[in-house]
Formats: sequence, structure tokens, C-alpha cells
Amino acid sequence: MLACMLVLAGMHLFPKNGNPDTVEHSPANSKCFKCHGRPTYTFYNKILGRNVTKRQNPYLMVDSVLFYESNHKSLECPDCHSYKYNHFPHNSELQLEPMPVCLDCHEGDDNYNFETINKEYQESVHAIRHKDAFSCFMCHDPHTYKINVRSDENIDKTIVYDNNICLSCHANFNKYQLISSKRNPNIIKQHDWLPNQIAHFAHVRCIECHTQTTNKTLVAHKVLPKEKAVKKCVECHSQNSILMASLYKFQAKEKRNKYGFFNAAILNNDSYVIGANRNLYLNYLSWVIFGLILLFIVIHAVLRILTK
Amino acid sequence: MNDKIYLYPVWVRLWHLFNALLFLVLIFSGLSLQYSGVPATLIPFKYAVSVHSISGIVLTVNYIFYLFGNYFTSNGRYYKCPLHGMFNRIAKQFRYYSYGIFKNEAPPFPVTADRKFNPLQKLSYVIVMYLFMPLLIISGVALLFPDYIPTQIFSRSGIHLTDLIHISAGFILSMFMVVHIYLCTIGKTTTSNFKSMINGWH
Repeated sequence: MLACMLVLAGMHLFPKNGNPDTVEHSPANSKCFKCHGRPTYTFYNKILGRNVTKRQNPYLMVDSVLFYESNHKSLECPDCHSYKYNHFPHNSELQLEPMPVCLDCHEGDDNYNFETINKEYQESVHAIRHKDAFSCFMCHDPHTYKINVRSDENIDKTIVYDNNICLSCHANFNKYQLISSKRNPNIIKQHDWLPNQIAHFAHVRCIECHTQTTNKTLVAHKVLPKEKAVKKCVECHSQNSILMASLYKFQAKEKRNKYGFFNAAILNNDSYVIGANRNLYLNYLSWVIFGLILLFIVIHAVLRILTK
Repeated sequence: MNDKIYLYPVWVRLWHLFNALLFLVLIFSGLSLQYSGVPATLIPFKYAVSVHSISGIVLTVNYIFYLFGNYFTSNGRYYKCPLHGMFNRIAKQFRYYSYGIFKNEAPPFPVTADRKFNPLQKLSYVIVMYLFMPLLIISGVALLFPDYIPTQIFSRSGIHLTDLIHISAGFILSMFMVVHIYLCTIGKTTTSNFKSMINGWH
């Protein structure tokens, strides 16, 4: 019992996924989180002459824990939202103010190349079909988004995180209905044709097959119509696997063909993709052995014929 | 006709036939998986996966049939390798294959009703059938259920290690098959051993 308590206390005090790179919580943000970080908010109703508690609009709620783990954790709410929101109740006209877009801050960032990301996005099925109803924020909530593909480890974590972005609409009727009058398709049924579906869903991201990869960006943003998605097994299951240009792009650049394996970056993730992983030296060795055996057989057979 | 021995009962011949055919299918489909994306690939990847899996399962059933056959019939006795003097017997047979055969010497261990295999055959068959075949089958079955393979074995990817065992065992057995077919041409005539495996009479 004591041991269990110690373990639980340890997990609480030293969380496994704790973020050591924390920032001090901004007082300005704390003021906003008081209402927008909870499912309810309380204010003094002058007409009734008493405090009233109301339900918060779920689309206006921000998880403060996730915010302080996100890439934007060092920002303060007024950095993106009008300072006039400091006043409560908020002026309803504030809703008409245009919201900043990613490029407003990230323009000219050579590391991420947001200009190309934006260009790819504008050519994507999301932008073409849904126009202004769709934006970067549909997939990348600026309050919680945490980039994790530029990491040497935890590809599995990246896969789950990135796939959840797609599933948050495509497997969620309510969110899907925000921009479409159609019913969201059944993902499992749509992928009936895919052999070993569980293994594929667990070990690759949706975007591996549903985007067009380029050399210009680390993560492709040109989401293709479903008819143009990758359906040929050998696109991934081959020496020229597209996984090396998508899921393993970062690792591929970092560790090229270490250990003599084709596409060694995939092996680094405890994965094994038939056709994409082969050992160069074992390949050579097997051909040499096969050649020597054939040579031995030919010499033996010729000698047998000559000495008969 | 009187000097002929009935060495290969029907079940052995059927097992051997299926084993050979399945092995050929497995070699071609396995190569198609390993070298997928190569223009000259023998079988398209999406078919090769199913062909390889189904043939592998049938081969496993066939192998179990072989084990039962060897256990419940007298065929198992041909595989017994007494350790005493084994080295000398193997050396004698090796000398015959590498020297004596070219001098038209008589084989040192001719086939009899009680000795179907020469010492070198015995040793290689035991290694092939009781070491590499189980390795190939167990690793192959594991690869059919990759979710059950431990993620890490000896701090390397479990599935990666299983696959290396599978393709290495597959390669060794394929090479055995090539040598086996060639050595079968060493009989009374070049084709006599092949005929024996069809009609059962040696």
C-alpha cells in the first residue's frame, strides 16, 4: 500500500511527460482563463443584483494546461486578441474584428517555410471545397498546438497526435457538421480495402497517403481529394518508400541508412515495413552465397560428366 | 524389378510434393515482397502478401502432417543420427562427393531398406527439418500477428529481429533446395531419384 502511494506520489511529482521547458503563467492570461479556462463562468448581473453562473461556450474554452504545454505558451492572450477584451462584459462588436492568421507572425520563417505551407494549403481539398469556412486553426488550434514531428524520438506519439487532428473532424459528427451538411464518413468502412488496417492506423499518419509530399516542407499540407490518395502498397512498401519523404523525413535527414539498412530511419522507430527495409550487406551476402553455390554445382556437374 | 526397394510410401511422396510446390510459391512471393517496387517483381505486392501468407499457413499444416507421419510410422527412424562415429561417416560421404564420384567409386553408404539417407543427407535433413523449418514457421506465424511480437528484443525492434530470422531461415532453406535438387541427380541415372520420388520405388 505504502509502495503504491509512493509510486503515485512520484508520478504526480515527476510526471513522465512533464515539460521541463515551462514558462511563468502570465497574470493577463490567468484573468482570461478565469472564465475561458472553465466550463462555467460567474459574473455580477446588475439587473438581477446578484452573481450569476453561466455555461461557457465550448468553442471559446481553452485548456490552460494544454496551453502552457503548447508552442504558443509564451504568448499572452492580448498578443492575438484585442486588448479591449480586458473589459467585461466584452463588447459584442469585438467579434467582428478580423483574427490574425499564422503568416502574420510566421512570415519569413525559413525554418518552417510557412509561405509554402500556406500555398500547399490553398491548393488542398480543404481550402478549395470549404473556402473561408476552413482555416489553419481547424487543424492547428493555436491555443494547444504542439509541434512534435521535429523530434528524434516518439514517432508513435507524433502519429497519434497528428491522426487525432484529422479524426477530430472526420470521426466527430458535431465538428464535421460545422463546415459540411454531409454526414462524416465511417473511417473504418472507407478503409476496408486496406490490409492489416489496425497496424496501418497505428503506425502511419493519415497524411502519409492523403497529402502530396514535396521537398519544400517537412509536413505536406496539400491534402488531396480521396480519389487521389495513395492506394498502391509499393508506394510505402518499397526501397523508395514515400514514408521517407513524409513520416520519417526528419529522421531520414538526421540518420541516413545507418546500420546498412535501406530506410534505416524506419527501423529506428521499432517498426519494420516489408519491402522498405532490407539490409544492404545481407543482400550482397545472399547473392554471393547463391552465386557460389551455383558455381560449385556447375563445376561439380561438369567434372562428373567429364569423368564418367 | 526384384532389386528395387519400396522406400517412399504415398504419404511421404504427397508431403514431399506439396512441400516442394509450396516452397517454390513461397520463394517467389517472398522475393516479390522483399524486392517490391522493382519493375521485374514476380508477383504484384498486394497479391504477394496474400499468396505468401496462405502458402505459409498450408506449408505449416503440411509440416505438422510430416511430424505426425514421422512419429507414428517407421519413417522417423531414417532421421536418427547416432553420434558415435558420425564425423567419420560424414567425412567418408564428403570425400565421395568431392573425390570418389569423379573416380567412379561406389557410394560408401548405398541405399538399403534400413538406410534411406547417407550420413550427410541425414545430418542436413535433420538440421533443415528440425531446426530451420521450425524457425521459419514460428517466425512466419509471428509475422502474421505482428501486434503480439514484443516491441523490443535485446534492445532491437522485435518485429525487425523476427523478420531477419524469417528471411535468413527462408534463404538457407532455399539454398538447401537448390543443392538438394542437384544432389538428386546423383543416382543410378540422372533422373532415377526423381522417378523414385514419384513412384515410390528406389
